[in-house]
Amino acid sequence: MNNDYSLMKGNEAIAEGALRAGCRFYAGYPITPQSEILEYMSTHMEERGGVFIQGESEIASMSMIWGAAACGERVMSSSSGPGYDLKQEGISYLASYNLPAVLADVMRYGLGDGEITEGQDSYWEATKGGGHGDSRQIVLTPSSVQECADLTYLAFELADKYNTVAIILSDGAISQMIEKCYLPDAIEHDKDKYDWAITGYKEKDATKVKVTNMDRTIGHEAWNELMRNKFKTIYDNEQRWEEFMVEDAELVLVAYGISARVCKSAVRSARAQGVKLGLIRPITVWPYPDQAFQNMPESVKALVTVEMSISSQMAPDIQMASKFSKPLYGYLSTLYVPKTEELVAYCKSVLAGNENALEVY
Amino acid sequence: MADIIMAGTGGQGVLTAGKILIDIAAADDKNVSWTSFYSAEMRGGTAACCVVVSEDEIGTPYPDKFDILFAMTEDAYNKYIGDMRDGGKVIVNQSLFSTCEFPKNVEVYGVEASGIANEMGNSRGANLALLGAMIKGTGMMDKKKFGETLDRYFSKKGKASAKNLDCYNKGYEQALKI
Repeated sequence: MNNDYSLMKGNEAIAEGALRAGCRFYAGYPITPQSEILEYMSTHMEERGGVFIQGESEIASMSMIWGAAACGERVMSSSSGPGYDLKQEGISYLASYNLPAVLADVMRYGLGDGEITEGQDSYWEATKGGGHGDSRQIVLTPSSVQECADLTYLAFELADKYNTVAIILSDGAISQMIEKCYLPDAIEHDKDKYDWAITGYKEKDATKVKVTNMDRTIGHEAWNELMRNKFKTIYDNEQRWEEFMVEDAELVLVAYGISARVCKSAVRSARAQGVKLGLIRPITVWPYPDQAFQNMPESVKALVTVEMSISSQMAPDIQMASKFSKPLYGYLSTLYVPKTEELVAYCKSVLAGNENALEVY
Repeated sequence: MADIIMAGTGGQGVLTAGKILIDIAAADDKNVSWTSFYSAEMRGGTAACCVVVSEDEIGTPYPDKFDILFAMTEDAYNKYIGDMRDGGKVIVNQSLFSTCEFPKNVEVYGVEASGIANEMGNSRGANLALLGAMIKGTGMMDKKKFGETLDRYFSKKGKASAKNLDCYNKGYEQALKI
């Protein structure tokens, strides 16, 4: 860990975190609010000896990183909103080929073009998407500029460890703001360390069959088992979350990204007013941190999901994680960053029995 | 420690003033966050940034209420004056301000920031003159230390100019409680 901090935007921290994790191939296409990732890569990738390409589209960019990943490089792409939609086919192929890759999805608000402003529009897409087929991707949600760097760095480690796609699910607020960031130490990745990576065509090169769709060298049954085991291993080992003042809480907020930052202020403010709030902040949203909900204190009367979305995209995951043991309420602020005191007032109202529980369907 | 809203018209250097402030506060071992709101135009339109400076971990980078309002224009003042905490400090650029009644719950400091900048032959330095007024009005940092760091900020960017520090110093000296 570097002892000197940098003042940087979340997007810049994602890009620099990737470069320090040894990412040497980036392909993408500009779209707000993630464009600084691409811009940063265009400025700094070459000086690290890597390749930056602004593809002709998101789809082409995904095919490019797919190719580079098959050659053993640490690869990355990033997008937002409708641009990120176009990544889904590529994710399915990367999953099918068991290739490591890191994507950043900097969320905004709404459907279609929506708005380019702060929002949390793509939880479902990141956690349940990934194109056709039943693959899962690791999804990490930074809640500060520091975490933008740290979780991107971690994403490359996890992608490599499990031969999977890892997604940084950031949002316009976290990615556009400037904070102090202590950058991780730079490492060099050895793209030749794998026995499966494509190294070049030779008449008798056995590697050319090692990177294939659904690995046909081992047959469907073995491949299915491989995939199931992979997802289960990730689920068992990679749940991450932060608990904040949950021990004696009456009401526990559940939030990630920018919403979690507001929740932290709300917990502090409410406690100063004698109302015991707590916060569970998922850091991975796949795998969802089910373990965080397993031994909820008796004091907890209900849960409140706080999200910048139209529907509560996280509610079904919370209900499954908590096994429906507590009533669930929703504070959904759509395109507005929640106001701390309005959230506190809502929580008081929940505790007073004046709010309806969330209908989850 | 302080929730600060800095607002004006695009091109007046409001976002830069916020970046200078977090640069200096961060070097002083504080936690900082900087978030911005601006319209698509490079010039004109409203521009604002919110700066949080804290000894502790920062929760929301979008506070509900502010301790300091740094207003480069009267429009900016009008937009945010209702969001001030009691006892808050308001710093206004009197060059772009008509006379008005100020609310009783805040302390107001004024300086002819644009006028100073023009006098100094540094018309883009009005933001720095108002920063000077802000340091005087709030006492949040040492005048000299802030000035030195401000100088370093521009040097790092290859834009060192004695006129920048002059604008800051004049803004500090001429700022008056209204």
